[in-house]
Amino acid sequence: MEYFFRTSKLAVGYNGKPLIKDIEIRLNKGQILTLIGPNGSGKSTILKSITKYLKSIYGTVYIDNRSIADMSSKDMSYQVSVVLTERIKTELMTCEDVVATGRYPYTGLLGILSSQDKLQVRQAMEMVNAWDIRERDFTQISDGQKQRILLARAICQEPQIIVLDEPTSFLDVHYKLELLSILRAMSEERGITVIMSLHELEMAQKVSDLVMCVKGEYITHWGSPQQIFRKDLIGELYELSNGSYNPLFGSFEMERPKGEPKVFVIAGGGTGITEFRTLQKKRIPFVTGVLHENDIDYQLANDLASEVFWVKSFERIGEDIYRQALKKMESCDTVINCLQCYGEMNEKNKKLYEEAVLMGLKIVTNADVL
Amino acid sequence: MLAILLILFIILIILNINLGSVSVRIGDIGKILFDQGANITEHDIIWKIRLPRTMAAVILGGALALSGFLLQTYFNNPIAGPYVLGISSGSKLVVAIVMVMALSRHYAVSSAALITAAFVGAMITMGFVLLVARTVQRSSMLIVSGVMIGYICSAITDFIITFADDASIVNLHNWSNGSFSGTSWVDVKVMAVVTLLTSAIVFLMSKPIGAYQLGESYAQNMGVNIRLFRIILVSLSSILCACVIAFAGPISFVGIAVPHLIKALLRTSKPLIVIPACFLGGAIFCLGCDLIARTVFAPLELSISSVTAVFGAPVVIGIMLRKRERG
Repeated sequence: MEYFFRTSKLAVGYNGKPLIKDIEIRLNKGQILTLIGPNGSGKSTILKSITKYLKSIYGTVYIDNRSIADMSSKDMSYQVSVVLTERIKTELMTCEDVVATGRYPYTGLLGILSSQDKLQVRQAMEMVNAWDIRERDFTQISDGQKQRILLARAICQEPQIIVLDEPTSFLDVHYKLELLSILRAMSEERGITVIMSLHELEMAQKVSDLVMCVKGEYITHWGSPQQIFRKDLIGELYELSNGSYNPLFGSFEMERPKGEPKVFVIAGGGTGITEFRTLQKKRIPFVTGVLHENDIDYQLANDLASEVFWVKSFERIGEDIYRQALKKMESCDTVINCLQCYGEMNEKNKKLYEEAVLMGLKIVTNADVL
Repeated sequence: MLAILLILFIILIILNINLGSVSVRIGDIGKILFDQGANITEHDIIWKIRLPRTMAAVILGGALALSGFLLQTYFNNPIAGPYVLGISSGSKLVVAIVMVMALSRHYAVSSAALITAAFVGAMITMGFVLLVARTVQRSSMLIVSGVMIGYICSAITDFIITFADDASIVNLHNWSNGSFSGTSWVDVKVMAVVTLLTSAIVFLMSKPIGAYQLGESYAQNMGVNIRLFRIILVSLSSILCACVIAFAGPISFVGIAVPHLIKALLRTSKPLIVIPACFLGGAIFCLGCDLIARTVFAPLELSISSVTAVFGAPVVIGIMLRKRERG
C-alpha cells in the first residue's frame, strides 16, 4: 500500500549544512506521528522542513505521491496547516478573526468570507470548544485558549495534514489532555494526519500511532509507542543517568538513593509506593520485599530500591527468597511495614515482620518519621 | 465612525478653501468655483492656490498614512513609519542632490524626475534599514538606527543646500522643511495618478496583508509567497513615501499617528477597512495641520512638519506607554 505521507532520504538543516540525515517517515492517512527527543535535537527543524518553511538539504517529502518541492505555496496551503510555537502578536483581532485566517486559501481576491467559510470557522471553533470565546480579543485570552484558537485556525484551513510544534507547552494538564483528545478525534473523524513534536512522553505514548526519536545526526528509533517506550531506549535517548524511565507509568523516576541500605520495606499491593517515594526524597537507600512480579510496588521498587526481593506472579513466596530477604533484613536497623493484612500468597511477609519484631529492629509504618 | 470621518473630511476641505489671508464666504465658494464671471482675485486664489494645495494635502496625507501602515505591518512594529525609519530623509537627500544639480545647470526638473529621485532615495534608505533590521532583533533598536540614518541624511542635505546656488536656496529651503504650498495643478495630477494607483494596489493586497499580521510563518502556511509579498510591500510604501517627498518634502509623524488613531477609532485592524480609512485619516490629519500651519500665525506660515509633530508625537508617546504597560 502507498503511504499518504512519506519522506525519502530527507536531510534537514540550516544554511546548507545537514543537521539530521536519512529521515524516512511513512504515514498512512489519519495517523498521528510524534517526534520526541531532547531539546535542540532538531525536532523543529524537521517540522519546518516538511512544511517547506525550511528548504530541505537533500531528499524529498511526498504528500499523496506529490513532492512538496513541486508544490506552490498555495498548493501546500491546501495540504498542510501548522500550529507553531512562536507566539503571535495580534492587534484588535477577535478569536474568530484569528480562526478565520485559516480560510485564506479558499477566499477570493479581497479575502471576504462567504457563508460557507463562516460555517467552517464555526465548526472548527466548536470542535475545539472555543465557540463561546469567539468575540474575545485574542491578546486577552489564556495560553490554553490561544492554543485552541490556533488549532481551530489550522483545522478550518481544511488540510490533509496538521503539523504542530510542541502544542502542549505552556498548557496545564487539563488543556493538554483536551488538546490531545481533539487531535485524536480529528484523526479519527476527519482522517487528518497529524505530525507533531511533544516534550511530554506520557502524552506522546498515549496519543501517537507512531513515534520517532530524534537525536543528533540521525533518527535513532522509529516505531509504535509499544516499541519505543522502553526503559533502555528512552533512557538512552535522553541520556538519563540521574533517574529512570518507567514505561508502565509512562513517567520518569528520580535517581535511586545511593549507599548501603539500612531500611527494609515490607510492602505489596501498592502500599509501598508512597514510602518508596518518601525515602527517595530523603535520599535514604532501602531494600524491599518480598514483592510479586505483577505488583505495582515491584515496578517502582525496581527504579528506586537498592535491592528487590521478588517472586513470580501469582506464586507463593518460597522458602529460598524468604531466607534471602531475612538475611538482608538482619543487616538493616529499621523496618517499614506497609502491610496491614496478609493472604495466602504473601504470608511469608507476615513472618518477616514477626522476625523483625523479634530481632528488636526499629519498626515504623511510614517513612515520614525517619 | 466612518461617517464621522467623512463629515470631518468635507468640513476641513471647505475650511481649507475658505480660510486664509483673503477670506471667502462659504456660501460663495460654489459660485466662485464654477462661475467665470465672479470676482477674478477670489477665483484665482481659490483655483490657483487653495484648491491645488488642499488637493495636495488630501492626496499626500493619505499616501503618508498608508506608507506608515505598510511599514508597521512589514516590521510588525507600531512605531515604524517613513519618517522615523529615516526613509523620508534619505529620499529627501537624493531629491536635493538632483534639484541642486539641475538648478545649477538651469534645467527645470520635471515632477516625474523628482518622484523617481525620491523613490531611488527611499529604496536606498530602505535597503539600509532592512540590513539593520536583519542584524538587530529588538524593534526599539531598529527605530533608533532609523532615526540615526535620518539625521545623517538630513545633515548631508543641509550641507548641500548651504552650498547651493543662491537663487535656488529659498525654494529648496522651503521644500526641505516640508510644505504643501506652491502646488500646481500639474503636480496634483501627477501625484493623484501615482498615489491613487499605488493605493489601489495596496487595497487589493488587503488579503495577504491580513495574513501577514499573524506573522511570517503563518502567512506562508496560508499560501502567501513571502519573498514576493515583502518586495511588493517595501516598493509600495517607498513609492507612496517618495511621492510625498517629491512634492511636499518630509512630513513627520503622520505615518505613525494616523494608522494608530484609525485602528483605535474603528476598533479593528482588518486591512480591508483600515487601508481606505487610513487614507481618509491621513487626508484629514494633513488638511487640519495645513490649515493650522497657514492660518494661526498668518501671514507667517509654519512648516507643516512642525504642526504634524505637535499632534503626532503625543500619539507616538501614547503608543509606547501602552506597549510598556502590556509588557
